[in-house]
Amino acid sequence: MQDTLVTVDGVGKKFCRSLKRSLWYGLQDLGSELAGRGDRPRELRKGEFWAVKDVSFRLHRGETLGLIGHNGAGKTTLLRMLTGLIKPDAGRIEVVGRLQALIALGAGFNPLLTGRENIYVNASILGIPKQQIDRIFDRIVDFAGVEEFIDMPVQSYSSGMAVRLGFSIAAHLDPDILLVDEVLSVGDLAFRTKCQVRINEMKERGVAIILVSHNLHTISHVCTRGVAIDRGRVLFDGDTETAIDVYRESLIARNGKAAAEGLRGGTGEIRIARVEVLGRDGTPTPVLGVGDFVTLRLHYHAHQPVVDPVFNLAVHVLNGNQVTGVRTDVDGLRLGRLEGEGYVDVEIPHLNLLPNVYTVDAVAFHADGVTFYDRLNAAASLKIRGGLPINGTVYLPHEWRRGDVRQDALAGSR
Amino acid sequence: MTPLPPSVVYTPGSQVRSPLSLLAAIWRDMIESHELSWRLFVRDVSAQYRQSLLGVVWAFVPPIVTSLIFVVLQSRNVVDFGEVDIPYPVYVLVGALLWQMFVEAINAPLKTVTAARPMLAKINFPREALVVSSFYMVLYGVAMKLVVILAVLLIFGVPLHWTLPAALGPILILVLCGLCLGLLVTPFGMLYGDVASGLPVATQVLFFVTPVVYVPPQTFPFSLIGTINPVSPPLVASRDLLTKGVLTNPEALAGLTGVVLVGLAVALVIYRAAMPILIERTSA
Repeated sequence: MQDTLVTVDGVGKKFCRSLKRSLWYGLQDLGSELAGRGDRPRELRKGEFWAVKDVSFRLHRGETLGLIGHNGAGKTTLLRMLTGLIKPDAGRIEVVGRLQALIALGAGFNPLLTGRENIYVNASILGIPKQQIDRIFDRIVDFAGVEEFIDMPVQSYSSGMAVRLGFSIAAHLDPDILLVDEVLSVGDLAFRTKCQVRINEMKERGVAIILVSHNLHTISHVCTRGVAIDRGRVLFDGDTETAIDVYRESLIARNGKAAAEGLRGGTGEIRIARVEVLGRDGTPTPVLGVGDFVTLRLHYHAHQPVVDPVFNLAVHVLNGNQVTGVRTDVDGLRLGRLEGEGYVDVEIPHLNLLPNVYTVDAVAFHADGVTFYDRLNAAASLKIRGGLPINGTVYLPHEWRRGDVRQDALAGSR
Repeated sequence: MTPLPPSVVYTPGSQVRSPLSLLAAIWRDMIESHELSWRLFVRDVSAQYRQSLLGVVWAFVPPIVTSLIFVVLQSRNVVDFGEVDIPYPVYVLVGALLWQMFVEAINAPLKTVTAARPMLAKINFPREALVVSSFYMVLYGVAMKLVVILAVLLIFGVPLHWTLPAALGPILILVLCGLCLGLLVTPFGMLYGDVASGLPVATQVLFFVTPVVYVPPQTFPFSLIGTINPVSPPLVASRDLLTKGVLTNPEALAGLTGVVLVGLAVALVIYRAAMPILIERTSA
């Protein structure tokens, strides 16, 4: 079962920032392609950068590989090269077998034609012969859940319906290799579940899958292997949990920089120097477990006396929504007059956050709680160790208990 | 374990280094994607008329309007188009309809490819299917215009010759010539909008150096119009076969056929090799 289906060797791709120049380079590339010149120049031309650089990996039959990286890390570019849409500028890609990409959902839909007509056209573009479409037509419609609308023009579909129809067609293909790019995020929960079930079915049939998703939970659940990419380079290739960890580290590094470069604003009488994450023993603890004791120490420097400032620590999922926060005014703490350097501590007996990386933003408000003296984004990060067995952010302390089995009901049902 | 299916390799190297195997691959893909080509054609034709009241009529309006203008100009002796041995309105109507076939053929590839751009950027389907479907679209236009030509011949009482079906030959060469020219400029047209802006200007100029509304001049240098302009021989031959039942200038026609076939092969190779580069530059 160790057939290698995809071989990627030292692959690189150059991109250009300016559109005008990019088109001009395109014309040059076209010229050298038609002149039959061999390799394209490996060095960068003015304004170019490597969007993907020296990427190598292998994909075997039955494997599910999660491609993890931030926006613009080169994931989609890599997938586009795998599908043969664009050529690599360096290296070599070999694909064995029928490769299908769940990237373009409903591409080629004509809005004036009915759903029925579009199914035939779209399936045909994806390479399904007509007899086969006839056979699976009802399943496609059923899967997409658009029975009543199938003879209406697609332009009257809601965007969700159109995407569902597109996915449904693509999901009924029979590839050896499947590329999935962020499509699991379309549609409602019920539809997303259907998609996951469908992908799992393919997985069990031995289809090799490459999955690109920002949902680390999905990656962790579905994938047997993870590849973390940053700025077009492979950071890690191996087990999924480590790949996710490496990705988080790269996010922290990037986020720290962004915070340093960001504008701080505020009236500035008091500045937040830094925020420390301390463990039970009072020493800085970068990695914590679910439910651990933690102290967040906010260091300030008041250049002039301030009275009753309000401190706020906000906890975010890395690059995402705010999870929770603490405020001195909400908790009824009056700090009085502050001057010079000092710190305040907030003790959290049980840090009930699920494994992930969270960032802490620190804000110092005036006594009114609205105008602010200073704000320091991503002042600290909380890294909770562990895999992602549960989707979500909050851990609820809990206990399971099994109820009594009613023997009489059991007997009655026989 | 089922045997492994064939593999594909992508490298930075140029595809046109082995043009014959590339041509073979193009041919294979054309055959394999015949169903897709047909489906795309059916899609475009059926969508075309759904948002139109007059529908099919628009296929005839431009050549008929053009013809009317020249008929009026000629009847008032504003310009002299030379002696024709059939009624002038027939001459110009048939000419303009044939010309329209050519114009549609030259515009077809770029139009089809531009419309399919989102699809091209996301799905790796046989690119030749677009060319073939645009060719079907051109043939569809030809068929409809032939009906109008027949009507014109009947209305003006032009005797129908047994050679009439033979006109299909030069008509095919005429549209293949247009398709070839259109396909050659398509890769550049995908990168720069200048091609789409330039095509109508170029065809307008070509219109006046092609004997559509006037008789091919016999005196040098204007006689060149009939010889070096590739559109002239098939257009004149088609019109003569349709209206008079004679084949004029068969040598030029034969030569042109060869040129067009080679040109089409070259254009297809360029189109195929250029596609990944163009997609990279024109879509995010």
